[in-house]
Amino acid sequence: MSEAPHREVLVTGIGLVSSLGEGLDQHWSALTAEGGPRPVVDTERFAPYPVHPIVELDFNQQIPKRGDQRQMEPWQRIGTYAAGLALDNAGIKDMPAVLERTDMIVAAGGGERDVEVDSAVLTDLLSTNDAGRLLNERLSSDLRPTLFLAQLPNLLAGNISIVHKVTGSSRTFMGEEAAGIDAVRTAHARVASGQSEICLVGGSYNAERLDMLLLFELGRYLWRDDWLPVWDRLARGSGMITGSMGAFLVLESPGHAEARGATAVARLDAVVSDRCTRGPGAAADTARRQLEMMRSRLGAGRTAVFSGATGAEPATSEERSYLTDVLAGDGGMLVRAPASLIGHGLEAQFPALVSLAALTASRGKLYPATDSTGLETGSDESVDQILVNLWGHWRGEGMALVSRAG
Amino acid sequence: MSSSSGYRDSKGRPIVVVTGMGIVTSLGRGRDDNWKALTAGRSGIHAITRFPTEGLRTTIGGTVDFVDAEPFCAPALSENLADIAVSEAIEQSVIGSKGDFPGPLFIAVAPVEMEWPQREELARSMNPDGPVDYHTLLQAARKGRQDLHDRFVFGGVAETLAGRYGTKGSPISLSTACASGATAIQLGVEAIRRGETDAALTVGTDGSVHAEALIRFSLLSALSTHNEPPEGASRPFSKNRDGFVMAEGAAALVLESMEHARARGARILGVMEGAGERADSFHRTRSNPDGHATIACLEAALDDAGVTPDDVDYINAHGTGTPENDKMEYLSVHTVFGDRAASLPISSNKSMIGHTLTAAGAVEAVFSLMTIAEGRIPPTINYDVPDPAIPLDVVPNTARDASVRRVISNSFGFGGQNVSLVMAAEPA
Repeated sequence: MSEAPHREVLVTGIGLVSSLGEGLDQHWSALTAEGGPRPVVDTERFAPYPVHPIVELDFNQQIPKRGDQRQMEPWQRIGTYAAGLALDNAGIKDMPAVLERTDMIVAAGGGERDVEVDSAVLTDLLSTNDAGRLLNERLSSDLRPTLFLAQLPNLLAGNISIVHKVTGSSRTFMGEEAAGIDAVRTAHARVASGQSEICLVGGSYNAERLDMLLLFELGRYLWRDDWLPVWDRLARGSGMITGSMGAFLVLESPGHAEARGATAVARLDAVVSDRCTRGPGAAADTARRQLEMMRSRLGAGRTAVFSGATGAEPATSEERSYLTDVLAGDGGMLVRAPASLIGHGLEAQFPALVSLAALTASRGKLYPATDSTGLETGSDESVDQILVNLWGHWRGEGMALVSRAG
Repeated sequence: MSSSSGYRDSKGRPIVVVTGMGIVTSLGRGRDDNWKALTAGRSGIHAITRFPTEGLRTTIGGTVDFVDAEPFCAPALSENLADIAVSEAIEQSVIGSKGDFPGPLFIAVAPVEMEWPQREELARSMNPDGPVDYHTLLQAARKGRQDLHDRFVFGGVAETLAGRYGTKGSPISLSTACASGATAIQLGVEAIRRGETDAALTVGTDGSVHAEALIRFSLLSALSTHNEPPEGASRPFSKNRDGFVMAEGAAALVLESMEHARARGARILGVMEGAGERADSFHRTRSNPDGHATIACLEAALDDAGVTPDDVDYINAHGTGTPENDKMEYLSVHTVFGDRAASLPISSNKSMIGHTLTAAGAVEAVFSLMTIAEGRIPPTINYDVPDPAIPLDVVPNTARDASVRRVISNSFGFGGQNVSLVMAAEPA
């Protein structure tokens, strides 16, 4: 049997949680709310950095054992919860025979620190003349043993296996936005080629963390002002507002879905990824090549672009001019940048964008623009396909094409 | 039959071969030095000198001290170790041209986060007398330290290597804990089988022995505390085994479709016949006592390779030397190989190099292929007190000459992620 790509890939389940809500219906309600979508932003807790906090979740719904919840840090709980929603949505949550052969690719960061311990140890480090001994003593007594497990990137996948019994295979990709892009690309390629019949793929991100804000502020990638849509930020500086989220998709071959009587939310036509060093114009050149690779899959219907623009520079300005060119060539296309509403979720951002694209394709119409600069236009135009385009804040360029099923 | 049928396996997929290998461990730099030490039964485990170990329960490790990474941080050393391994593998493979590797990069890297020296540096720059907290660090960060961002993002090591060696497409950084190195190889095999590429660069690297990492494993009671003598600490399959020894290293393998390798006249070092995996849903650090996940993992690898247990001549064990792993690995091997398990040679490289964690699956794949090529099985050293509950031929203490045509190499990870690889000699 050849493993060359030869079949379609269906999205038969989606689990999405963010600041806008949990599940597809809540997200659609928020996006199409009377008077236009409104973001949920916390400007207080991490000031001067706004974040989009995760909606309140009853974790017991997806992680019934308290002991399991205690073993996880928030990013793992969010991800395990979203994975459970996806399995529910796909109708396989209580099908052990299917879960046992369900493959899994998770895009994960990790390293959720105990900031209290870190701060106390750091303060003492400044005044000691025996840093080595101090570090050994303090870490040996102050680190919680289980915290280590909550920090390992692959333990999100581990927790999903334990809680939801997905055990066909388990891979964890790391590396910020590119990890999410390549996770979805690889899952798609495995199903398209027959290497997998059904695969759970996604990621999660907890934005409500000082340690992660620190990492991105080192490169000065963060927005430090009141909320604005990503395109509007460019007139007043630049920067991303990170958002807590979990996004998982169940990708499935048509034969496997049909055999178990599953209906598809949407079809994932293609996914591509690449790397460039972000010299001037490099990401746009990459995206032009990627769009050409997508061209044969673009249908006759209306297509929208979901841009992954983060608000960080120089990528956001470059993407804006790239998209302006694309729109000039394809007059019918409309743009949305969902990060304006849910924030930027690093590893989870591409799975979240693909989830929102699948949701939009399934509803057949677009949500209203959130942009006063004129790039996003229209309100509730009908749409058949969505092209997802994500450039990471530093590296990683990915594209996906999502269509209405059937 | 088409003329290319000789390049397809029993399942009709492209046969994947290895044409280049590079390795660095505490035993040395490069294939030759490592192989000599490994087959001489020499240990690379020693007292840690990189940082003070006063007050720690474990004070030993298989650190790679002859490779520079100043100032030390795990991603910097991991990157340098990977660089050494990749450079050797590409040189052996004679593939592509300098800085232009004709395929993607799959690299298993240790989890990355900012470390204490960098936190301290940032804190000191704002408020040298303290007290300090993350807001202090954020104030320092606002002045801009792009170098630290690039160093401590998860994709940083892969980005450097992808740039230096000119691999194609988006480099994939991955982790399946202690199975990571094997997962990198598995992803490369799958990409070639899908026809996405003719070649792939697969790497496992780990240079993460610093105080906090050591303490974290120590708090899980996973490490040997047999500090004296250090070289006697790693005792896989022995009755008196008491944990694994943290270690560093890297290995790189150039994978190619056999058709591509033959067409360019490359020397074939072995065939990557199959990879199998199975996740466990039992516990975060322990495997299910019935062993079903690791048993299914071994069976999946054999099935993927299209061979039976009888076709295997040697097992390169996960063999960490923790009481739990070795018992479970025996159960799995015994279940899959039946009565043959008692006489089938199985040895643990970790008895000499320690547990190279993220790199282990790749490091041990290189040693497995060298075992086939050299016709010599590296021993399990420190095997002085056999465990009667583990009646295996562990190739005790001394290397053994043997004709080995096919190896299965196991990697079982924290978090229940298990991968086995089946490797064989080039078909005649």
